[in-house]
Amino acid sequence: MAPRGDSAVLDGLARDLDTGYEAFVRAHAATVFSTALRLSGSRAEADDLAQETFVRAYRALGRFEADQVRTLESRPWLATITLNLWRNHLRRAGRRPREAGAHGAPDVADPRPGPEAAAEASEEADVLVGLLGMLPEHHRVPVVLRHVGGLSYAEIASVLGCPAGTAKANVARGLHSLRALYRKEAP
Amino acid sequence: MTPNPSPVNVAALRRLRVDAPPGFVDAVMDRLGVHAGDRFVSVASPAGDLFVAFNDGGISAVTPTAVFGGNVQRFADHHRRETGRPLVGEGRPPAGLAAALRTGRAKSLRYDLSGLTPFERAVLAKTLEIPSGEVRPYGWVAREIGRPRAVRAVGSALGRNPVPVLIPCHRVVRSDGHVGNYGLGVPMKRALLSAEGVDLERLEGLADAGVRFIGSDTTAVFCVPSCTHARRIRPAHEVRFRTAAAALDQGYRPCPHCTPASVRAAS
Repeated sequence: MAPRGDSAVLDGLARDLDTGYEAFVRAHAATVFSTALRLSGSRAEADDLAQETFVRAYRALGRFEADQVRTLESRPWLATITLNLWRNHLRRAGRRPREAGAHGAPDVADPRPGPEAAAEASEEADVLVGLLGMLPEHHRVPVVLRHVGGLSYAEIASVLGCPAGTAKANVARGLHSLRALYRKEAP
Repeated sequence: MTPNPSPVNVAALRRLRVDAPPGFVDAVMDRLGVHAGDRFVSVASPAGDLFVAFNDGGISAVTPTAVFGGNVQRFADHHRRETGRPLVGEGRPPAGLAAALRTGRAKSLRYDLSGLTPFERAVLAKTLEIPSGEVRPYGWVAREIGRPRAVRAVGSALGRNPVPVLIPCHRVVRSDGHVGNYGLGVPMKRALLSAEGVDLERLEGLADAGVRFIGSDTTAVFCVPSCTHARRIRPAHEVRFRTAAAALDQGYRPCPHCTPASVRAAS
């Protein structure tokens, strides 16, 4: 999960933000979009959140020195932007993200090749997406960052502003409550 | 224990990772108004029709359309390989492009040479100063950019000129006065120089005779043979030199226009 080739992308950014930015977006699009999708539970919202993340990131990068760009921790930085945007969005919407719940959520994982495997995987994904939607934010965020976004514990710690050990414990607690939810909800 | 394996596991969570939707990257770049790609035009020129690629930084590539059989897609593929940037479509020609191609004066156009080394950029910047209708030796470029021993490297840098015709690498010739190589082929080099009014027959005659510099005995100034001032010397007053040192020894001064010898060598 290490961001291979990230230093080349950052070097391109440091040299010229405009010509280097597309490679940066391409390199992180899947992580940012997936994180936004599994936090928000909605494809349309995820599209907005992920696009807005890259728009904000671009503006911020314009104020960075070249050296700051070269040493940027891209993934936790982008995740922090996504998370802030999502929280602001929730605040404005004046509701907790409960509706992305067990039953109506249509946002399943992309089907993998092979129709049967795909059907099975997608059923499994449906269940999981539903459970994630029921998880309280302080459990959902670390789980999504770690296991969907692929961030390291150190990176999660920098997003959440806590020690790495706490980040690791939060991920474990999140997983634990996901399993508890499954046992409770399982038919 | 539940009878079915729990779907709540790390591998299943990892499968919730998805690709961004199609068009996501373009949508972001559109919102930012940033086009990491170059635009292009095709224009007529003395070298035939050209594909000219450019971006906000300036003109980034020039290639005769004939090289790609007139096929834009092949030019786009080539451009992406060379610059790492896609061609994002046709654009309005950069201001001054048509005039530059008509007059051979392309110094005021802007160029995006960001993929080149500082040495290559210095070579091209110096080459851009050579006026239409004149030529300079590789050694002259090397000396003028302060790298007098890098003559071969100058040749290589010119061979990699991404914007030929506009940055006139065809105006750089061998130090013995012969035309030398050209990325688009020697016949094209000869045609471009002839179209600019360079008298190749005369220059090659001088080269064959071992003459590299021409002076005027009325002004005591010496030039490279294609210099606009050298061409005004009347045959009765023309003095021929094989080396700059010989001209300097006889009290001739280097022409300030074509700078056939460095100021230091002259003093």
